[in-house]
Amino acid sequence: MPILDHLWIILALPLAGAAINGLLGWKWPKSVINTIGIGSVALSFLAVLEATREFAQLPASQIPFVKDFFTWMTAGAFRVDFALQVDQLTIVMLLVVTFVSLLVHIYSTGYMAHDGGYCRFFAYMNLFVFFMLTLVLAANLILLFVGWEGVGLCSYLLIGFWFLKKSANDAGKKAFITTRIGDMGFTIGILLAFWTFHSVDYRTMFSQVAKMGVEGTAGIGVLTAICLLLFAGAIGKSAQLPLYVWLPDAMEGPTPVSALIHAATMVTAGVYMVARMNPLFSRAPIAMFVVAAVGAITAFYAATIGLLQTDIKKVLAYSTVSQLGYMFLGCGVGAYAAGIFHLMTHAFFKGLLFLAAGSVIHAVGGEQDMRRMGGLRKKIPVTYWTMLIATLSIAGIPGFAGFFSKDEILAAAGSGPHANLWLWLIGLIGAGLTSFYMFRLVFLTFFGKARYDEHKVHVHESPKNITVPLMILAFCAIFGGWFAAPHLVGGTDYFEAFLHPVFSAYHVQGAVEQQASLAGSAGAEAGMAHNPAMELFHAITGPPVLIAIAGLLLAWWFYIRKPDAPKKVARSVHGLYTLVLNKYYVDELYLAVIIRPLLWISTHVLWHTVDVGMIDGTLNGTASAARAAGGELREMQSGNARSYATWVVVGAVGFTVLLVGLWLKVR
Amino acid sequence: METQTHLLTVVTFLPLLGVPALLMLRANDHKWVRRIALAVSIAEFIISLFLLHGFGATNAQYSFEEFYNWIPGGSIHYHLGVDGISLFLVLLTTFLTPIAILCSWNSIQDRVRGFFISLLVIETAMIGVFLSLDLFLFFVFWELTLIPMYFIIGIWGHGRRIYAALKFILFTMFGSILMLVAILWLYNLTHTFNLPDIQAMLQTGQVVLPPHTELWLFGAFFLAFAIKVPLFPLHTWLPDAHTEAPTAGSVILAGVMLKLGTYGMLRFCLPLFPDASHRMAPLIGVLAIIGIVYGALVAMVQHDFKRLIAYTSVSHLGFVVLGLFAFSTISIQGAIYQMLNHGVCTGALFVGVGMLYDRRHTHEIKEFGGLINPMPVLMAFFLFIALSSLALPPLNSFIGEFMILIGTFEHHHAWASWAASGAILSAIYLLWAYQRVGFGEVTVEKNKTLPDASGRERLILATMSLVIIFMGVASPLFTRRMEPAANTVLLQMDRVAMASRKARGLGAPDQVAVLPAASATPSQATLKVALVNASQRRVQP
Repeated sequence: MPILDHLWIILALPLAGAAINGLLGWKWPKSVINTIGIGSVALSFLAVLEATREFAQLPASQIPFVKDFFTWMTAGAFRVDFALQVDQLTIVMLLVVTFVSLLVHIYSTGYMAHDGGYCRFFAYMNLFVFFMLTLVLAANLILLFVGWEGVGLCSYLLIGFWFLKKSANDAGKKAFITTRIGDMGFTIGILLAFWTFHSVDYRTMFSQVAKMGVEGTAGIGVLTAICLLLFAGAIGKSAQLPLYVWLPDAMEGPTPVSALIHAATMVTAGVYMVARMNPLFSRAPIAMFVVAAVGAITAFYAATIGLLQTDIKKVLAYSTVSQLGYMFLGCGVGAYAAGIFHLMTHAFFKGLLFLAAGSVIHAVGGEQDMRRMGGLRKKIPVTYWTMLIATLSIAGIPGFAGFFSKDEILAAAGSGPHANLWLWLIGLIGAGLTSFYMFRLVFLTFFGKARYDEHKVHVHESPKNITVPLMILAFCAIFGGWFAAPHLVGGTDYFEAFLHPVFSAYHVQGAVEQQASLAGSAGAEAGMAHNPAMELFHAITGPPVLIAIAGLLLAWWFYIRKPDAPKKVARSVHGLYTLVLNKYYVDELYLAVIIRPLLWISTHVLWHTVDVGMIDGTLNGTASAARAAGGELREMQSGNARSYATWVVVGAVGFTVLLVGLWLKVR
Repeated sequence: METQTHLLTVVTFLPLLGVPALLMLRANDHKWVRRIALAVSIAEFIISLFLLHGFGATNAQYSFEEFYNWIPGGSIHYHLGVDGISLFLVLLTTFLTPIAILCSWNSIQDRVRGFFISLLVIETAMIGVFLSLDLFLFFVFWELTLIPMYFIIGIWGHGRRIYAALKFILFTMFGSILMLVAILWLYNLTHTFNLPDIQAMLQTGQVVLPPHTELWLFGAFFLAFAIKVPLFPLHTWLPDAHTEAPTAGSVILAGVMLKLGTYGMLRFCLPLFPDASHRMAPLIGVLAIIGIVYGALVAMVQHDFKRLIAYTSVSHLGFVVLGLFAFSTISIQGAIYQMLNHGVCTGALFVGVGMLYDRRHTHEIKEFGGLINPMPVLMAFFLFIALSSLALPPLNSFIGEFMILIGTFEHHHAWASWAASGAILSAIYLLWAYQRVGFGEVTVEKNKTLPDASGRERLILATMSLVIIFMGVASPLFTRRMEPAANTVLLQMDRVAMASRKARGLGAPDQVAVLPAASATPSQATLKVALVNASQRRVQP
């Protein structure tokens, strides 16, 4: 087991790449930087493949495979090891992260080719891969938190990569601080978990959880509290309501960063964490409901904002927020495998959408506003076709990857053991909106007449190092979901079956809950399959598919058939239109209700009034009073050092006399 | 008495040896003054590393003890010893002094000899505070730290230096006087200044402090230490002192001197006055949390970079006090570790601000902006240090803060939860300040041509960064040596409290549960180890 016994290699490679490029790469030519930056991730990907092969040969009793390297923290009963763990969930995450990272790194050699901070960019990206892999390989909550904060750091650095732009710096800072608000909950969650289980190690925690029953819905038990607190961290990291505000701004970063960090990997960390903590969540129905509800509402809410955005990357950003909501909806209704499945397919199609959008932006000379695009279909065919595939995939058109995963989530929300008809309905409408705004994006960008200045902008297809990653991802955006295809005809969902041990190892005693972890989708009654053809027919004509097609047609009607229609509709519902166009004024609300008051209170109340006025003022005032008593009344000027002198000496003498007096009395 | 090594005496007084050496040089021979001072401080650092060598990892007692009668009469002793609490604080001192000397290399041009003499004297004084096991000796060293710092701020400081120096010395002197009274009072009860003897008397019930007396004594000691820390609302001297002090003064002040306060709490307040500690803990915990939040919020809105960092100290030291008064072995170890982390991180931040000051002679944030363009290396280090200061894992401060939170959470869910908000606030003030100083276009014309970090500056910053990383990944090397000492403190607290209870006829001696501290005792196993260690302790005649 050369790799499984040396799991640290998977981490060490990108870390070494980051260190070498970051410390020494400043004067090196691009070829050397590329070799180190891409090579380290490629080797890491190969190591993951080898680890997967070795993992497949492990007996079930050895899973999860845990490797303990050294003790990282110890004090009293508190102990944290640098320990890495591999199970089926880890394998999926490792494969997705290293694979997409590799493609994005290759893409970046084209996209960032003319950027001054070339080696800095690759150093940050490699560092990100290191932390992301730490996050998924961690065998305890605190090591996970290391990865969690580490990817946040890289996100901060990469959003603000173009540090001369104030908007980029603001966005980076906003991302870091907003996620830290969630992380406060996450931290307290870890504290509570340690207090409850006396350990932060997954296995130790879960083996104790296994003995606990499902918490009632009457009050908040300790498991519910832990889950809700941990989920607060996920809300920040995975940009859910109400902490999603940082993700759209994060589009200030270079597009490969948006693709890798703000779509495919980092933002899904929250979903991974919830799935990882499934033994706890499965016993906390209130927390589960909160996860599902936040997910469903965010999925819908962000989709509505996506409808009216005109910046191509902003549309995709809100779409990411929305799709992450679906993943949480899946986890929240107990279909963890479906949530992770959507995480994977989303990594493919959303990664692809961002990379293709980057290719579009390059093609039209840095323009991001779709109102100044149009008609690009023929001019950049590879970009067009790959982006279309990704759009079909995200919209949930049967046969594409996104269809399988989204269908499973909605099926579980609609008829699974934790089904909730309202959440299903919200999710379903969201799916229609998704289809609409995505095809709107495609139609505005690639169809119609060119709305850019054709004399100034010379549209050109991107070079190979950009288009090849697009094509590979397009392949995945179609076939990445076919693991579940046999399920449509009553067979096995291989993805769900692969992950099944992770979500059933600590299952709750009791039939209903057991089903919860078993059921990847509503079609869990696979054994009762009547007619494969009928099964298939039902699956591809279900409500999610119909509403997706409706969204497609509506977009076609609005943006191709009747290009005037959007304006008319906007005029007829002007108030609502303005509200949504301005993103419900949430940023403005936070500024007015939280940020400004905090700054004002800190400056005027705490600093000027308490510190300068009350504390120092009391000292000065006392000093003045003392002087007045001494008959030396002069100007009541504060801030005079001599006034302190007088007062403090008087005070000290007074205290001394008092204490000596007491002492004598005590004697 | 067994054979004594004199390592601690050497470690304590070696810096003083540099003083006559410097006095022998011509006053204007600046080059050699600096070189000798640096050489002495580096030699001191290397020698202090020998403490690690002889320090057993499971040692709950004082090591390298030295014990002599000092002043005839037999009650005042020259008694030094090092345990897991003081060990790393001494190392922190010997590490930061050469750093402070190096970062004053060019910025001090006036009365150079006097400046470096002050630094060396203050080093001896601070080490003396950490190593003294005799209250009288402790007090002498404690007072000795003030005078050189008074000069450093008052002579080599900036604009309002006289005001700041006076404010500094009056605040701390006020505390000192109270502490002196308390020490004399304690002497009157025990007839000794020897700390282990006093501890033994209290533990055996030979001397029992009535609750009121204990509270007064605790209060006097605590107030002296709290001013030094500084704990809200006694902190207002700190921003002024930092803002006006030269870089080296700030490094020493923030790096080591503030820890004299938290060290004192752990060494004296907790083990000598456990009941009073427990009675006052609710108040102190709340003040510590107010300090954490308040310091961070006020730091956020500062215009002066140095004053900003000064307020962050109020916030970070709040964590340390909270950890101490949560009375858990985890939080106490976290608190000790956080003292070290704060010394390194905040020291490094002041070093960085000092480098900016050397170039521009201002601390005003708005005078900077876009500095990453002219000096990428310096600002990259700066960002790294800021990240460690905002407790980003896996860097050092994260470990200290997290241990404090974990330990505090055991008994005080609400305290720990409030304290956890510090993580958000520290991100806000540090990233915002960094953005205003480092990112964007260069806004002030003068800044366009600033030179990047020199070789000397890179050496300082790289050394501190390496320490930050090392302390982040190798914390058990530290905490394993602290643990026995932390457990000893908790054990001493229980024993003193028990003895006092027994003497007053309250509860059986083994009835630990009577105390609010009951659950704060270490786990059974560690308790036993600590008991054995404590029983082996040599009590001075």
